[in-house]
Amino acid sequence: MITPTIQPILCLDGVSKQFGGLNALTDVSFSLNEGEVVGLIGPNGAGKTTLVNVVTGNLRRSSGRILFKSEDVGLQKPYQAARRGLARTFQIVQPFPAMTVLENVTAGALFGAGAGSLGDARDMAMQSLEFVGLDGLADRPAANLALAARKRLELAKSLAMNPKVLMLDEVNAGLNSSEIDGALALIRRIAERGVTVLIIEHLMKVVLSLSKRLLVLHYGQLIADGPSAEIVADERVIEAYLGAKFAARLKELNHG
Amino acid sequence: MRSGFPLYAAMVAGLLILATTPLYADNYVVRTAAIVAMYGALATSWNFIGGFTGYPSFSTAAFFGLGAYVGAICQRNGIPMGLAWAIATVTVAGFAALLGGIILRLRGHYFAIGSIAVVELCRLVVSSWSSLTGGGDGLNLPLMAWPPEQLMRFFLFVMLGILLASLIATILVDRSRLGFGLRCIHQNEDAAAMVGINTTAYKIAAYTLSAMFCATAGAAYASWTGYIDPTDSFQIVMTVKVVVMALLGGAGTILGPALGAAAFVLLEELFWANFLDWNRAILGVVIVLLIFFLPGGLLSLGVLRRLRAATGSAKAEGGK
Repeated sequence: MITPTIQPILCLDGVSKQFGGLNALTDVSFSLNEGEVVGLIGPNGAGKTTLVNVVTGNLRRSSGRILFKSEDVGLQKPYQAARRGLARTFQIVQPFPAMTVLENVTAGALFGAGAGSLGDARDMAMQSLEFVGLDGLADRPAANLALAARKRLELAKSLAMNPKVLMLDEVNAGLNSSEIDGALALIRRIAERGVTVLIIEHLMKVVLSLSKRLLVLHYGQLIADGPSAEIVADERVIEAYLGAKFAARLKELNHG
Repeated sequence: MRSGFPLYAAMVAGLLILATTPLYADNYVVRTAAIVAMYGALATSWNFIGGFTGYPSFSTAAFFGLGAYVGAICQRNGIPMGLAWAIATVTVAGFAALLGGIILRLRGHYFAIGSIAVVELCRLVVSSWSSLTGGGDGLNLPLMAWPPEQLMRFFLFVMLGILLASLIATILVDRSRLGFGLRCIHQNEDAAAMVGINTTAYKIAAYTLSAMFCATAGAAYASWTGYIDPTDSFQIVMTVKVVVMALLGGAGTILGPALGAAAFVLLEELFWANFLDWNRAILGVVIVLLIFFLPGGLLSLGVLRRLRAATGSAKAEGGK
């Protein structure tokens, strides 16, 4: 569990979000420590993307507090979140289609990281592109990239913003298994740079291989928060999400 | 990066052609040149919000008309002409910034309709506020007791000055953080906010820039004609014309809108002169054809050729 010496970088305290009469998030509280890689799982419609939208200011929380470095950021706009270092990727990739790959990433460096000049921003962008392995496609229009490359572009753009917390909303959706392995290696290297990462995923393989800690959302409520091994054995989580079959297989693996 | 030299050369050549008309042509041609310069400035202004940012604004006539009225009222109260134009520019820029904060919350078609409503609203307010604006009777401005040639030449240079100022502003914006941010907003506004662009502030800046030069042109136009009234100052037709000009030349490019304005004004003059009964219909057909077959605008013809040449040489260099 959380040791008191580590300062949480992002802390949610009783956050709720209602759409009319629908409770999308109910009293969600957790904190992320600096440099941690945490997985956020839950069935479809559990409120995972809503949670990210609330943290980055795309949606305004109905109640509760969102603390970033002990500062209440519950009312921030998306651009303010970006400048503070709360970066995210979208489930459906959001490039600037007519711009080149390099220009896309330059936008992140110029506005998100606050690069001094266009030239500096371009240098930072090039570094991000090299990091994700897209430097060879720098001059291609973003619209021409295949899905795997577009997902990498999203990552490069977020990285160029010099984020403190990076929220990855299903970056692996729609990728084949070899592409997923590449993406996993990349996310690991991002975490090694000290960026706090929150991974939202459907694929258990991905979450379990990356994060030691898991959060589980179910019908907008946080039903579990703890070490991955404990979470996948938790009765409620199994019921809500994994299904008995997977849990049984897992038990066999662990005891067999 | 765009290469700067051909751009500047084309710009200077175009301005010189317009500026030298008094040397060899009659007053009709000089007047046409002044009108080209004026519409060039209006279309170049529209480009900030419509071209760079991708917000289809139809407010041009509102800014033009308000500029005309602010300038006229100042001049009638004894403020010298140049100062009156400056006051009109600043006042209307302030008005656009305040208004932008409200209507730029709308997107796409909704924004287009909202921006048209601004023109009508301004016209109604101006024609109702008789104590200040003279209502439907309009306003007379102090006449300039100059011979017609001299007057014509003077306003040609004034309009060229406004056009030049708007072009310089365009070049500066294009190369700055602001221009880059506006292009990002055009491509994908949500993604632009997510990379840290204060989209509201950027859109307001673009809208204000698009209003400023229209106001100067409006105030200068009022001094030029010596009389303004609400229906003439706030014309929906003008608003639509300016958008068509910018699209015709190439929205989002630097010289495109001014070029489109020149082409449009010349075509319009040609059809007025030769086909009095059919001129509007012919003009309409020409516009439809151009937009169907040349959606990138006139400038895309030359740009394409240059691009092809550039990529050709790059491939040769790469040798792969």
